[in-house]
Amino acid sequence: MKSKLQLKSVSKSFGTVVVIDNLSLDVATGELVCLIGASGSGKSTLLRCINLLEPIDGGEIWLDDFDIAEPSLDPDPIRRRIGLVFQSFNLFPHLNVMANITLAPRRVLGTGVAEAQAHAMELLERFGLADKAKAYPDHLSGGQQQRVAIVRTLAMQPELLLLDEITSALDPELVGEVLDVVRALKDSQMTMLLATHEMAFAREVADRVCFLDEGRLVESGLPSEVFTAPREKRTREFLARVLS
Amino acid sequence: MPKAPGWLAVKNSFFNWDILVKTFPKLLSAFIVDLKIFLWSAPLIFVLSLCIALARNTRRPALFPLRLFGALYTDVLRSVPVILLVYLIGFGVPGLGLPRPYNSPYIWGTVALVLVYSAYVAEVIRAGIESVHSSQSSAARSLGLSQSDTMRYVVLPQAFRTQIPALMNFVIALLKDVALLSFIGPIEILRQANVYKSLMANFTPYVGAAIIFLCVTIPITRYADYLLARQRNERTT
Repeated sequence: MKSKLQLKSVSKSFGTVVVIDNLSLDVATGELVCLIGASGSGKSTLLRCINLLEPIDGGEIWLDDFDIAEPSLDPDPIRRRIGLVFQSFNLFPHLNVMANITLAPRRVLGTGVAEAQAHAMELLERFGLADKAKAYPDHLSGGQQQRVAIVRTLAMQPELLLLDEITSALDPELVGEVLDVVRALKDSQMTMLLATHEMAFAREVADRVCFLDEGRLVESGLPSEVFTAPREKRTREFLARVLS
Repeated sequence: MPKAPGWLAVKNSFFNWDILVKTFPKLLSAFIVDLKIFLWSAPLIFVLSLCIALARNTRRPALFPLRLFGALYTDVLRSVPVILLVYLIGFGVPGLGLPRPYNSPYIWGTVALVLVYSAYVAEVIRAGIESVHSSQSSAARSLGLSQSDTMRYVVLPQAFRTQIPALMNFVIALLKDVALLSFIGPIEILRQANVYKSLMANFTPYVGAAIIFLCVTIPITRYADYLLARQRNERTT
């Protein structure tokens, strides 16, 4: 299958600290790839780099047929094609749910108010949030906020969705509703790259699992391979730690 | 206090009912001048201070001169007493011999107030901008919003919300500082009271002017406190 996203020898340092070290990775169209690894292994930074929120120091990031890491490119038109959902939701607290969702389509895509709202309502209904359209983020539960944040990203009709530990800030009983959204998106063939600590979930939904350690891609393969018979010693150690 | 030896004299020269009644209407109409100066300087201050705050907030290396200008502006203008600037600009610029409508002390006094207050308000707005967590900009940028749209629709609305109480304080301070223009000519309330004082050899008009200020500023102060309390409640619920 054709690659949606191709990372070629990507490197990123903050000062003298190497966060991503010569990392290469392919994500095919419609594929769901899970990034696993300890905190500080570079998962979040990698997602921020793909979304061009952080400039990379070396390597190439190909989205379809373009190297989007080329510094001369205007990042705004590229960002709108890539959705990023954050661990801490980052909804805009001064706007209600509807305004949170329609802001970017209206300002960036130039969609009319009525059309943007109709599309937002469609998405809210699809994820069981229709009654929250007029609510402000502070009045929603964490799970609802994260679902709204996903809807806000989907309203831009991204070709690629990056999910950055989207359940890590949630109470355990709220994790399920957010993971259900990811399952629904997988069923609709959305291309996704998901950094997660939910190993059971990664095992269930991922087409492929990548284990990151100290900014390096140590091992990647089918979930059944990586979780049951990891080839690398570091993968085994990590899994032993988190699965025990 | 009534037993103090000078009480009768003070009572007569500061709290003279007849003089208060006689001068109050004229003081009130002179206060309209203060209100007018206040009303046209406030929006100018808002616009100028916003520009300066944004200039100080730029990160791009190419815009460094803008940033430097913003820093110099706030540093210099906050370091000079307001009254001094009112004198320097209010007397100095008309002294250039500009044609008629442009040599008015109304204009140049207002300019002095606008310059000084913009420096203070710019710092308040800048503090507000910095109080908005960077994750908000990240979220906006990740959706494809441009830098200016991110500022306009995401950062500034939140920045102003947190700074409303501080901004209200400057509204009150400005309203009172308009009286400083009395030193350079406009017949506003303090100047009018001064005229009556000299005319009647009595200080009661000053008390009248103070009463008028209190009637306007206390409600604004209360309103500012109300906003502050409401904001505190919103954060905790």
